[in-house]
Amino acid sequence: MSNIQNIVDAVASGSSSAKAQVEEALKRANDKKDFNAILSLTNERALKRADEIDSRIKKGENAGRLAGVPFVAKDNFLTFGSPTTAASKILGNFEAPIQATAVEKLEAEGAICIGKANLDAFAHGGSTENSAYGPTKNAVDTARVAGGSSGGSAVAVALDIVPFTLGSDTGGSIRQPASFNGVVGVKPTYGTVSRFGVVAMASSTDVIGPITKNIADAELVMDVLAGKDDYDATTLPDFFKPQTEQVKKQKVGIVKELMSDGVEPEVLKITNDYIEKLRTAGHSVEEVSLPLAPMCLAMYYIIVPAEVSSNLARYDGIRYGVRAGAKDLGELYGKSRDQGFEPENKRRILIGSYVLSSGYYDAYYNQAARARTLLIQQFNGLFEKYDVLIGPVTPTVAFKLGENTDDPLKMYMTDVMTTPANLAGVPAISVPAGETAEGLPVGVQLIGQLKSDAALLALARSMEANNE
Amino acid sequence: MASISKDEVVHLASLSNITLTDDEVVSMQADLENILNYVSQLSTLDTTGVDPTYQVNGLENIDRADEVIDYGVSREQLLATAPEQSEHQIKVPKVI
Repeated sequence: MSNIQNIVDAVASGSSSAKAQVEEALKRANDKKDFNAILSLTNERALKRADEIDSRIKKGENAGRLAGVPFVAKDNFLTFGSPTTAASKILGNFEAPIQATAVEKLEAEGAICIGKANLDAFAHGGSTENSAYGPTKNAVDTARVAGGSSGGSAVAVALDIVPFTLGSDTGGSIRQPASFNGVVGVKPTYGTVSRFGVVAMASSTDVIGPITKNIADAELVMDVLAGKDDYDATTLPDFFKPQTEQVKKQKVGIVKELMSDGVEPEVLKITNDYIEKLRTAGHSVEEVSLPLAPMCLAMYYIIVPAEVSSNLARYDGIRYGVRAGAKDLGELYGKSRDQGFEPENKRRILIGSYVLSSGYYDAYYNQAARARTLLIQQFNGLFEKYDVLIGPVTPTVAFKLGENTDDPLKMYMTDVMTTPANLAGVPAISVPAGETAEGLPVGVQLIGQLKSDAALLALARSMEANNE
Repeated sequence: MASISKDEVVHLASLSNITLTDDEVVSMQADLENILNYVSQLSTLDTTGVDPTYQVNGLENIDRADEVIDYGVSREQLLATAPEQSEHQIKVPKVI
């Protein structure tokens, strides 16, 4: 059942109003402040938009498919009504002069952005602990991390502050926090949703997508978001259409490299239980191999820092953001960037500068780009025989706050199962599959071929019914 | 094993226009070494004759008419995002 549709119907029928929806969402956000999921609220603008929508409905006008539905955008989406910080200090005071296309599309359908969600600064991280404004706490266990980098977005949905949020996924940043908090996270096919107005991290893998409580909501939001945008040359013509027909029997491949000894036993068990349910539902399931999966993290942590070092060159203290005091231009750049970036931002920029340096370029960057070709070939080979691939989202449940902060490499390991889909550009979703004896959520990951987003969601929706 | 000297860290920081403090140089040196050692495993993969991939969804040569697009945002609004402005321009320290 769609939570979003319920709100739309209630607002349309007059049993609720956009204003009531926004006021309630703002109240919930304030009540749940201790989780630090939300960095800023757009109170004034959100209430004004709610009034506009209510008056359109009263006049009998069409107020859109999402009329009156409050949502929260990750704070790397440019939005009006409150600052866009990317959870960094250097953009600490940045008031966006434009809005992201994704936000504009949602607003055109009557949805109302009520605030901005916490993230690892510039989306660099897997726990939201790299935020300049403090970590977000896990929705289920406040001693644990929210995951990341879209940690605030996942927790805001898990806590029912809003029925959906926007996140970005460069190497798992939607799927991993969705798994850690027991909600649905969608990483669409590369190019499905416009990234115009979203703070760029790694342009060859960045995608944006929704986090929701259930699959029907994810389908509804994806349907609004998907499509070509003249402002983002990497967008594909709209191919996304929620599947209404019965899900056919699927051929499912269990990626054995993702089911390794390194995965916590309870995560493995919950994944296997989900696989068993797929079998019971009549789908054929067998083990398959993606031999390059164990190498993906190495590819990722060459290609992504390279792109990060280029994309973050624009934060120079000149055109926007915070400027450090300095006597000459060189010092201004150097100090603004040192003071404005978090340690993980600097690590990635320096690694990027290293792998792109003459002498290392071919051995690192181009080697990774060639390996990426081989990875895509291996995916293509599998998708000739299988409709869907399955594995865990992460090797562990949400870890304790502070557990991995001293060792950047250990933190990177949380991306080990999510990076393959980003490197290949294929869609992947994180679906709640169960919880451990301690009550911590575990998601499974479904991966499909390019543009199979709607089919993946339809399969997950059919299984959702089986899970209940 | 990749090994990174302090001088190399300072050089990378200078290429990246980041003025690291001395303490940062020390901690970066250890972190960068660990990370580069990890990603170096990729050198064991035989990629002879394989073309590199930089774009994954098949789009290429996306162009448009060379016409001004109105983003609905004024010069004043854009200038307002800069830390210092003067006479409708972004102000920077003396360069020459």
